Amino acid sequence: MSEEQIRSLERNFNERIERDEKIEPKDWMPEKYRKTHIRQISQHAHSEIVGMLPEGNWITRAPSLRRKVALLAKVQDEAGHGLYLYSACETLGVSRDELYEQLHTGKAKYSSIFNYPALTWADMGAIGWLVDGAAIINQVPLCNTSYGPYARAMIRVCKEESFHQRQGFEIMLKLANGTPEQKEMAQDALNRWWWPSLMMLGPTDDKSVHTEQSMKWKLKRKTNDELRQQFIDQTVPQADVLGLTIPDPDLKWNEERQSYDFGEIDWDEFWQVVKGHGPMNKERMKARVGAWERGTWVRDAAMAHAEKKQARKEKQVV
Amino acid sequence: MATKNWPLWEIFVRSKNGLEHRHFGSLHAADAEMALENARDVYTRRNEGVSIWVVESKHITASNPENNGELFEPAQDKVYRHPTFYDVPDEVKHM
Amino acid sequence: MKNENLYNYILGIADNSLILGQRLGELTGHGPSLETDIACTNISLDLFGQVRSYFQYAGKIAGDGRSEDDIAMLRKERDYKNVLLVEQPNTNFAYTIGRQFLFDAYHLAFLKELQKSPDLTLSAIANKCVKEVSYHERFSSDWVRRLGDGTEESREKMQEAINDLWMYTDELFHQTDADKEVVEQGIGVDVTRLKDTYYNYVGEVLEEATLVVPESKYFHKGGKNGIHTEHLGYILAELQYMQRAYPNMEW
Repeated sequence: MSEEQIRSLERNFNERIERDEKIEPKDWMPEKYRKTHIRQISQHAHSEIVGMLPEGNWITRAPSLRRKVALLAKVQDEAGHGLYLYSACETLGVSRDELYEQLHTGKAKYSSIFNYPALTWADMGAIGWLVDGAAIINQVPLCNTSYGPYARAMIRVCKEESFHQRQGFEIMLKLANGTPEQKEMAQDALNRWWWPSLMMLGPTDDKSVHTEQSMKWKLKRKTNDELRQQFIDQTVPQADVLGLTIPDPDLKWNEERQSYDFGEIDWDEFWQVVKGHGPMNKERMKARVGAWERGTWVRDAAMAHAEKKQARKEKQVV
Repeated sequence: MATKNWPLWEIFVRSKNGLEHRHFGSLHAADAEMALENARDVYTRRNEGVSIWVVESKHITASNPENNGELFEPAQDKVYRHPTFYDVPDEVKHM
Repeated sequence: MKNENLYNYILGIADNSLILGQRLGELTGHGPSLETDIACTNISLDLFGQVRSYFQYAGKIAGDGRSEDDIAMLRKERDYKNVLLVEQPNTNFAYTIGRQFLFDAYHLAFLKELQKSPDLTLSAIANKCVKEVSYHERFSSDWVRRLGDGTEESREKMQEAINDLWMYTDELFHQTDADKEVVEQGIGVDVTRLKDTYYNYVGEVLEEATLVVPESKYFHKGGKNGIHTEHLGYILAELQYMQRAYPNMEW
């Protein structure tokens, strides 16, 4: 294909996206579009399945049966969401096993927030309330993104995820209205998860490398800083309802901006965790790689059995 | 033994009787039975279905979007296939 | 307690689901594939749902305001009545599947009988559970066939798991004194009568899976009377942790 032809295809492609037309798997797309989508969708999928780990480790210790089933269902949903997203990614011509390989070798990233430890039961509340809250802010606009399979996966994810944040908030509310010890547990969880949640919305706009192109492709509708402000503005009043204090002495309502001003984020910590130096990076990867490797003989057995069964069937026909 | 990956399956679910099966998504499974079971666990956790079809993805033949012009555009001007093409006097109701 | 035998009888049923659910819950996020992970979690969810129905009923029978969580989480080691089989660890996926299958085959036969109980609450719970457990049994027996008749390695692993777990199967058909009383009242299921069918059916599946039915005639027992393997203590340490560390609080 000549460069002229490619340019024309690209122009056509960009116009389609501008008209809000969806791109489907077999449509022509620029290589960069495909690569960027594989990167973002797989990162998103990886985040879902690594995100199962901090919460999964509280399933056996949930304080009541009602909480236990709710947590099980939530962590299971995360597996489902990972699966929907891997499937969407596979339509771009990459297999789930290749994507796992990228995760397991550290080539692919996942949301850094899951490299923080879940230390107490209140963390189940804080993760649901804050981490899922921040995730929803990121995800809702993606229901309308340009790549059809991703948009459809996100619609399903968002629909199912709506109970996660409420579940988290309810856990926090119960603790905040409970004994002083419970309230302290809730405050402690908020103290530990607040700043990582703000970081979760990504580096500041001047440091964010992908924003402009992603905006064009509707992989992003708002900048990181806008999303962060939106998250803070909607979360502060919720903390008030809980009677908990956001651990930021500089947090203050700005009448003029009709928004909250907030303190300096420790970006050094953020980059350290991204680079693999967070408190749980190694354990998370060990858990994922371990599960995959321990599963190899199981997956092989299932394939071998399927082939034997198929062979027997064919023999019967003959 | 060299590891072979579980193939990809496309999942179609009938939400309730009277409706057609609709494409819900895909998943991996070693064989059709497993694909059905996995589909039940993955795609009908919230009571979304009464019937499931699974088809191994490689068995689906899809039209090529490059041919969309010849495949689909010729249908655009066949207005006589639609009821509004035909004039019926106002006195005739419900036709 | 007026109806202590029935109370204990219900706990005997529910504790199996509780401890097995807890074991499966350990696996969430660590399964051999995403799809299998989701499936095992579904089984765990079903089991905990059953536990809640049973314990809510048991709480009513006790009549002293004890909640489902009190019953689930505030008993001592010796008061748990589950069979030894369900507390065995997830040594590898073959053990998980073997444990599940050997229990499901019993559980399904048991629930089919419990559906006929004149105790309307119990029969209603059984009606609901029997559908869930039919699916569990289909899932676990399919996997026994897959792993047995898969690769050489998987057959070895599956056979080893069956051999190790076999000695816990006979206990499924034991009766405690409380069980006998409730059976005599016509409310409970006489599990001794399920035994032959169970071993016939399990034998068939193992054969299809190209596995050998263990010949060992030596069986362990004790769970139903509260004498467990060492594993249970650790399971309870996690199950009860919050309720013990933070007593008398709501969650």
